[in-house]
Amino acid sequence: MRTEIRVNGVDHAVDVDTRTSLLDFLREQLDLKGSKKGCDHGQCGACTVLVNGVRINACLSLAVMHDGDEVTTIEGLASGEALHPLQQAFLTEDAFQCGYCTPGQICSAVGLMAEIAAGQPSEATADLNAKVVLTDAEIRERMSGNLCRCSAYPQILAAVRRAAGAAA
Amino acid sequence: MKPFAFERARNVDHALSLAAAAPGARFLAGGTNLLDLMKLEIEQPETLIDVGRLPLADISETAGGGLRIGALATNTVVASDPRVRSRYPVLARAILSGASVQLRNKASMGGNLMQRTRCAYFMDPAKPCNKRLPGSGCSAMGGLSQATALFGASEFCVAVSASDMSVALAVLDAEVETVRADGSVRRRPVETLHRLPGDAPQVDTDLAPDELILAVELPPPPSGGQVWRKVRARASYIGALASIAVAGDRVALGAVAARPWRARAAEAALAEGAAPREAAEAELVSASGEDGRKTLVRRLATDAIQESRKGSRS
Repeated sequence: MRTEIRVNGVDHAVDVDTRTSLLDFLREQLDLKGSKKGCDHGQCGACTVLVNGVRINACLSLAVMHDGDEVTTIEGLASGEALHPLQQAFLTEDAFQCGYCTPGQICSAVGLMAEIAAGQPSEATADLNAKVVLTDAEIRERMSGNLCRCSAYPQILAAVRRAAGAAA
Repeated sequence: MKPFAFERARNVDHALSLAAAAPGARFLAGGTNLLDLMKLEIEQPETLIDVGRLPLADISETAGGGLRIGALATNTVVASDPRVRSRYPVLARAILSGASVQLRNKASMGGNLMQRTRCAYFMDPAKPCNKRLPGSGCSAMGGLSQATALFGASEFCVAVSASDMSVALAVLDAEVETVRADGSVRRRPVETLHRLPGDAPQVDTDLAPDELILAVELPPPPSGGQVWRKVRARASYIGALASIAVAGDRVALGAVAARPWRARAAEAALAEGAAPREAAEAELVSASGEDGRKTLVRRLATDAIQESRKGSRS
């Protein structure tokens, strides 16, 4: 089915099988292998990408659902050689071991920062009617959709905290 | 995943005519549950009608002082809306306790209501399950399921609703508005949108195949405190073992039935002056299932009702 989709700033007009997930489309048709297929059922977060600036699980979406959408993957975050602040923070804090979940973690954290800027609450938000403050408990809760089997969670938390502190 | 035809609905009428013309079609919104089940071939629709671009995402005030939430408003948008946060915090809390941010960013109001059970045996095509394959038996009875129905189960199915959001909607007396291809618009309470399993557990709701959810409407919030509690096996991103929504003198339980369970016996007891624990006991008189979960529900309900009486709205 004809689908027009913008990925990392590049327009694509393609024919895709209706069954193709957004994740498979990115990986197999566009050869963007950064987004990872972990569970393929929306449980691990390794496939997290940004669609129109909002983080979603690319495995639980069909490419044909994204006609006209703008997708950003891990490959689209850096500006040339200049890393995105969250990419740099993950390096600085050594926030990974095997690295498989890392692209999803970083895209997820980029989405998190936008959600904080928009004032969206989470389950960890004590007062729903007050300004959201990015505590460690908030970061943990908001990153719970991204599993890390190497359990680099303390460093991931530190990286998000570092990037958020720099942005504040 | 089995092959299927994919249609992009241009407007509501187009979506409805596509549905009327294609028996076996399913409406697709966020897709977070339906596509997952299609990968497992538990769902095998011949046609998907993508309604994701229809203009049904608005949240607006109603003339009666309530809130009308479009069927395509995402879970994140609803939980973030200042009117929901200040007037219906039990709804914001219930939504925020479910799934992950990635899923809530995509999951819709209507899709959340239409999600199917997460019973482990329903999700495992290798196991008998009357809901998935009528007549094949129920593996959950005597199985390892942690959350089976305490209320409204039948000899054919003990699966529970997986929706946290619907529990809050039920306690708020929310209604679902739908439209069919013949133009008929209908309203149902969220409380009874889902069928109890009876002898046909494969049928989740009484919605017709060409019936599309347009919106959920909330009446003005009841006076009194609102409380949401969810008990689960880990701190985040997992389904409930039991949940509860309290709003004023109303109580609804989650993960204990095939629908969000309004605890009418508990409400009646409270109206007669019963203490919170006595009210919880009154509801559990009609409960079936193992004692451990009844104890969990008793403690949860007692605690949540007590907290609601402090008048807190969070």
